[in-house]
Amino acid sequence: MDALLQFLFSGLTVGAVYALVALGFTLIYNASDVVNFAQGEFVMLGGMITVFAYQAGVPLLLAATLAILITAALGVALNKLAIEPARGAPVVSLIIITIGASILIRGATQLIFDKQLHRFPAFSGDDPIRVMGATILPQSLWVLGGALAVFAVLWVFFSRTLTGKAVLATANNRVAAQLVGINTGWIMTLSFGLSAAIGAFAGVLVTPITLVSYDVGVTLALKGFAAAMLGGMGTPKGALVGGLLLGCLEALTAGYLSSQYKEAVAFIVILGTLFVMPQGLFGAKTTERV
Amino acid sequence: MAGRRKWISLAVLSALIVLLPLVFPSGYYYRVGALVFVNALSVVGLVILIGYAGQISLGHAGFAGIGAYACALAPEHLGLHPLLALVLGAAISAAMAALIGRPILRLKGYYLAVATLGFGILVSMVLTNERALTGGPDGMVVSDPGLRSLLRDMGWRVSGGEFWYGASGFVLLVGAWLALNLYDSPTGRAMRALHGSEVAAATVGIDVPRQKLRAFVISAVYASVAGSLLALQNGYITPDVAGFMHSVEMVTMAVLGGVGSVLGATFGAAILTLLPQVLTVFAEYEQLVLGLVMVLVMIFMPQGLLPSIAQRLKGRNK
Amino acid sequence: MLKTTTAIVTLAALAGLTGAAQAEIRLGASLSATGGAAFLGDPEAKTIEMLVEQMNEAGGIDGEEIALTLYDDGGDPNKARTFATRLVEDDEVVAIIGGSTTGTTMSILSVAESEGIPFISLAGAISIIDPVRDYVFKTPHTDRMACEKIFTDMQAQGITKVGMISGTDGFGASMQAQCKEVAGDYGVEIVADETYGPQDADMTPQLTRIRNTDGVQAVLNPGFGQGPAIVTRNVAQLGFDVPLYQSHGVASNAFIELAGADAAEGVRLPGTALLIADSLSEDDPQYDVVTSYTTAYRDAYGQETSTFGGYAHDAFALMVDAMKRSSDPEDPQAIRDALEETNGLVGTTGTYSFSPEDHLGLDLSAFRMLEVKDGGWQPVE
Repeated sequence: MDALLQFLFSGLTVGAVYALVALGFTLIYNASDVVNFAQGEFVMLGGMITVFAYQAGVPLLLAATLAILITAALGVALNKLAIEPARGAPVVSLIIITIGASILIRGATQLIFDKQLHRFPAFSGDDPIRVMGATILPQSLWVLGGALAVFAVLWVFFSRTLTGKAVLATANNRVAAQLVGINTGWIMTLSFGLSAAIGAFAGVLVTPITLVSYDVGVTLALKGFAAAMLGGMGTPKGALVGGLLLGCLEALTAGYLSSQYKEAVAFIVILGTLFVMPQGLFGAKTTERV
Repeated sequence: MAGRRKWISLAVLSALIVLLPLVFPSGYYYRVGALVFVNALSVVGLVILIGYAGQISLGHAGFAGIGAYACALAPEHLGLHPLLALVLGAAISAAMAALIGRPILRLKGYYLAVATLGFGILVSMVLTNERALTGGPDGMVVSDPGLRSLLRDMGWRVSGGEFWYGASGFVLLVGAWLALNLYDSPTGRAMRALHGSEVAAATVGIDVPRQKLRAFVISAVYASVAGSLLALQNGYITPDVAGFMHSVEMVTMAVLGGVGSVLGATFGAAILTLLPQVLTVFAEYEQLVLGLVMVLVMIFMPQGLLPSIAQRLKGRNK
Repeated sequence: MLKTTTAIVTLAALAGLTGAAQAEIRLGASLSATGGAAFLGDPEAKTIEMLVEQMNEAGGIDGEEIALTLYDDGGDPNKARTFATRLVEDDEVVAIIGGSTTGTTMSILSVAESEGIPFISLAGAISIIDPVRDYVFKTPHTDRMACEKIFTDMQAQGITKVGMISGTDGFGASMQAQCKEVAGDYGVEIVADETYGPQDADMTPQLTRIRNTDGVQAVLNPGFGQGPAIVTRNVAQLGFDVPLYQSHGVASNAFIELAGADAAEGVRLPGTALLIADSLSEDDPQYDVVTSYTTAYRDAYGQETSTFGGYAHDAFALMVDAMKRSSDPEDPQAIRDALEETNGLVGTTGTYSFSPEDHLGLDLSAFRMLEVKDGGWQPVE
């Protein structure tokens, strides 16, 4: 029993990390139909910038804020310099652009900072919280809370605010959105800035647990992408549930079956889910336009 | 018109393969050339899948892995000649593609991307974890196919680099010829029709799932053979060949060069293979430059390098 | 004393500059300075670049400067083979150092063998030098030796049942296999055998499984990178109170920093003298080489040395030593022959003596059992 609880705690911790990355995908995807493969790099930047600012003597909270702002600015720059000029390019070109951007960011980070692993202290110490024989670190609660908070904000944003609806309208039909007076250029800028900020925020939260180096973004993006697809791309609910589900699947497989094949089981479940529900768990049905 | 395009492509390709060695200053260039050809071969497969049929795959390195490890394992455990192992690998890849292709190809866009990605990861995971069989992440030795000594016995002395340059070049030519033939065949037309619109293709009587599956299986065989060739010429293989990054690299080569054309794909393969070799002087900046090249090409030449350049040249001539 | 050496060095450098013959010795290297094995390759590349510069400032080998061509293969065996071909055919080097991983080493190895170029590998696997190949040498201990050192220590502690948790990267997987093979020789039984991916964020499920296995007396964690730091933190989080053994893969001060001094307290691992450079006694045979390397590295890069940088240091030292002794430092065959005759060369990893039967030439005594005490590494008495 306490073993099961421990597996679940682990799954929720890791799942919250995936969910935070997956949530970062939703905004840009909703605004532009682009899956931004540089999202993992935003997470990495959030961690790296915080680490170096903190080591330079900046208080942690300020360092984290700085990291989020800088990364958000980079997100805006990515949109202005790479995505906007390529408007109208086929989706596969956009994928290559974001992958190219992620390689570029990695290369620059490795030059500006270094290739070492880094970590800064957990926000509320390292004393584990004991629940019925199982333990969880306070930082895990921070990550979980962060994921829930981002989810809540995104949910309210998309369903209750005019700007959020404008984002959805832009994704749905850019020309029509422009016709009804939506500044689609600004919506794109906003989406990239916010997505990058969410990514960096995730990086700040998870670094005390996962550690950070210039190349952690690839795996994070991969897992976050898989989680988002499992839940259904573009829905905050899907990202949250997909992430937590993926994390728990891995943890339970590692705990009960085989740690070697935990990712395999996770991917088999994803494949199975997609065969039954081709749009993921919560994804909207789409029909092909002729 | 269509026929002319085919012969021009083949003529350009064979001229390059035959004439380039005349300007090679050292044996190292044969090695790079052979790598370009092997990469180009798998990318030609992706041209059929992405360029003709309009489907995406982020897991084709999985097939390359199957081909590569077939050449490493079959001679050791089944006593097969490495060349037969290559055929066996291609057959396994084709069967695997047919098996998973049917359910996977119902998915569209990013969902298809994640499903293929999952397949690739499963293959690389098996190769990494089954240490007793595959040597795990450290990889394993691939036995020499003995073709070079065969040539030597016939009185034709070639270095390893020269031999694999010729062999990969030849296989690439055959692969390109087949792909170009396919383009103008009824199957090729059907594939290209569903690229435009699946619904439209279905209404004119094209069996959409069947054509998608065909493209998927054919491209899997290309990747598998390329993986085999790589394993044979390197003499050593690790699970990296089936890794996610290799899949991404393959798609990037295809898209960068121009995913609609065989020549473009070869061009893309050449650029991405040569880039790290050229950039060694600025090794620190390699990733930076690579990323920048990818972004810039896609912004300014969204159709890929070769088609865009060709278009511009045409425009100038007018 | 120091001043006179500097003066001699300067003189020698001047002589080298003014010497009419601007001959140079071409040395090649292919290392994994980026990619998944950057933990190994980055310090290795930095070390070699630093040492070559030092050597040339000091006048080179018999007045000949060393011209280093260093490539970053990113841990990709395919690239490593291309670079090896390039080094031999295009750059025409007389010797190669490299192969941060076993995979890249095996790729370089076949080129070196067929072209007759001496090659010193920096990777762990025993298959690199067993069977012995004419032109291939290596500096790191084999993974088997690390396992043996650990099990010897466990035996002394009366530990017989061990739970293993290994990384699935090349380093972890190779050591996992070796340890399982030799455990029986030391009366140690592996009762649990778990793994984790190189980028995993939480290993509590695996550790819970190990904890719930009957009779586990110690945990052994072969791996490098962030994995071992997270395992160490997870062990502390679970309140899992058994001795934790790490591998030489994380023998660095950075490990204590990443895992946190509290969690790392009491962790043991087989390490080299590098890690305890500051506390080595002056009559230790490795004192000179270890202190000069760690000081120079710290000055040059502002970072701590690692075991892996030490492997590169030793490979370079072996190469230079062989070139100096050889009849012709520009002839690959002569260098190879001289390498094989290396006798008693003290490196950071241990003392090397090669022979036609042994191209590693280290014994178990090179490893020192270290333990984290009060946030720093201490030798276990």
